[in-house]
Amino acid sequence: MFGYLREKLKKTRETITGRFDELLKGSQEREEILDELMETMILADVGIQTTEKIIGSIKAKSKKTDSFEKIKSLLKEEILNLFSSQFLPQKSFPIPFISLFVGVNGGGKTTSLAKLAHMLKKQGKEVLMVAADTFRAAAQEQLSLWGKKLNIPVIQGRYQSDPAAVVFDAIQSFQARRCQALLIDTAGRIHTNTNLMNELEKIKKVINREIEGAPHEILLVLDASIGQNALVQAREFLKFSGLTGIFLTKLDGTAKGGSVLAIADELDLPIKWIGVGEGENDILPFSPKEFTYALLGTK
Amino acid sequence: MFNQLSDRLQKALKFIRGEVKVTEKNMEEALRMIRLAFLEADVNYKVVKDFIENIKIKALDQKVLTSLTPSQQVIKIVKEEMTSILGREEKTLQYSGTPPSIFMMVGLQGAGKTTSCGKLANWIRRTGKNPLLVSFDMKRPAAQEQLKTIADSLKLPFYEMKTGEGEDPSRLLSELKSHTRNHGYDLLIVDTAGRLHVDEKLMEELLLVRDILNPQEVIYVGDAMTGQDAVKSAEIFAEKIGITSILLTKLDGDARGGAALSIVSVTGKPIKFVGLGEKLEDFEVFHPDRLASRILGLGDMLTIIEKAETEADKEEAKELARKLRQQTFTLDDFKKQIAQMRKMGSISQILKMMPQAGAFRKISGLKVDDAKIDHFEAIINSMTPQEREYPKIINGSRRRRIANGSGRPISDVNQLLKQFHEIKKMMKKDRFHKMLSSFPLSH
Repeated sequence: MFGYLREKLKKTRETITGRFDELLKGSQEREEILDELMETMILADVGIQTTEKIIGSIKAKSKKTDSFEKIKSLLKEEILNLFSSQFLPQKSFPIPFISLFVGVNGGGKTTSLAKLAHMLKKQGKEVLMVAADTFRAAAQEQLSLWGKKLNIPVIQGRYQSDPAAVVFDAIQSFQARRCQALLIDTAGRIHTNTNLMNELEKIKKVINREIEGAPHEILLVLDASIGQNALVQAREFLKFSGLTGIFLTKLDGTAKGGSVLAIADELDLPIKWIGVGEGENDILPFSPKEFTYALLGTK
Repeated sequence: MFNQLSDRLQKALKFIRGEVKVTEKNMEEALRMIRLAFLEADVNYKVVKDFIENIKIKALDQKVLTSLTPSQQVIKIVKEEMTSILGREEKTLQYSGTPPSIFMMVGLQGAGKTTSCGKLANWIRRTGKNPLLVSFDMKRPAAQEQLKTIADSLKLPFYEMKTGEGEDPSRLLSELKSHTRNHGYDLLIVDTAGRLHVDEKLMEELLLVRDILNPQEVIYVGDAMTGQDAVKSAEIFAEKIGITSILLTKLDGDARGGAALSIVSVTGKPIKFVGLGEKLEDFEVFHPDRLASRILGLGDMLTIIEKAETEADKEEAKELARKLRQQTFTLDDFKKQIAQMRKMGSISQILKMMPQAGAFRKISGLKVDDAKIDHFEAIINSMTPQEREYPKIINGSRRRRIANGSGRPISDVNQLLKQFHEIKKMMKKDRFHKMLSSFPLSH
């Protein structure tokens, strides 16, 4: 599986490795090396604050005469430290398992939901998907087509209807059918829209009222190419709907998704899954090691 | 994002303002802060580098250093430089001399291509054109339905592509072309599949569509929230497909697009439109100078005024501005304002666009939610004229009566009064006063 990820993340890696190889040949000053690493991190969307924090800490831990290799391994350690609160890859799910997918428009919520549903089904679970996006044109059809393709039932709602009501109906159906996993797709919303954010809160309340302890998972679906706004988004969604983790999508492009470093660091939110393509199997558990490897282009 | 950028820039510029004289040394520090602010706003690293170099050369010019107002000079240079990157002037769409014209929308997944197709068609229709919408996205589930739904809701025609296996794409495209011509459409707007720019197969497909249709405009739809990678994807689309213009989406929210600077710098193509929300009317012509001002914290006055002029009653807006200034603002005026705001966007959004409004951004009372607007109107309607004129007399029993009359809980009445007072309080502040006096709606 990791070999597969490595292949998928090749594009991410390629761009960086070339430059580092050049650095390896020369005998640069530490400052020069740090400058180069800083640029790499900023270009990976890690962000100024987190980058400065990491570089500062490497500076404190290294000697002026340290080699490029030494400094790079220090950097790797620092990044892995940020992910220290990271959970181990999720292997088992509670029963029932109710999961809510939230995020801004165009992040890949519906596709990501279908991927996770497919994975759960492969584990032998009875899965039900809910299209609670009653706003975007054809959002209902999109999930229902996934349902047909994956042979997973989908509860649909009427357009313009209250998504919380759709979710309520879905829970009744979920219990009647005695399913084990319920995955709920929600409409994309920009986090500054207070009304829509309150709507999420309401959906969550409805779920919790019907099934104690649910939702068990609230995933923020985040596009890897989003820049520094990723942290702001995570912060806002955390505030309104609560979050249990991040689903990082579109990592098969050239974007490195470095913005999740700040999210892991500041909000202590685990990155749970990554999306690496358009197919139902293009889902992988997040691995801090592999991610760092891809980010820095090194083992 | 731009809020943060504005804050940082304001800080940097304040730093410059604080100096009696701009020297090479303190200029260095200011430039460093501007650089950091831009990076934080996701402007690409290399773009920032070039930008700062240019500013430095111009800002350290002797004329600037010896001028009476060096700080203003630096602001002017930063703004000019940004405006020049963003395109200097507004550019119009290119139509074919012999109709139909063909516009093709390209971009990454999730950038907002399909929604933008609808928004653009809707906007163009107002200029007297008769557009037809079609989608070539055969890959994403329900992509066809999405565009069709959008077209239907706008009462715009939608052309159904045959999607069967074994259909020859070039024949389908030729059919589409003759259909467009024969049915009297003068514009065809083509939605395409979004995939990552590293997908070579997609690029080939797009090339095929482009070669057969020979569009006048290839519009790159870019997400304003994009980070450093904005440069790479735009570059590849520009290089392989050849884009003619840019449409920037998701400019609502607080990520207002350092990516804009990046995309324009690497492609050299102008941004022509911006998407500002999920509704199909949330769409505007792009104004480079306004975005540059906005980044610098000078606000987007022109946008507000334009909105006020087209959508709200001009005279009423003038009157409100006057009353705000003279602080004779009553609950009746508040109601009128609410009604106008319904057309113009929320007060918090409007304030965000105003210069110096940063300081007011955090006032909680300014969050007027769309659903609340109806309630507020109902509550004010349940007040006597006297109460509207002198809200101070609204005591407990009056509150109860108003609540009963409007069918809202007393807490809503309290909230309304609180917000009204906060706005009045804010109006008394000097800065707000200054801000309003720069509002050109005055006589």
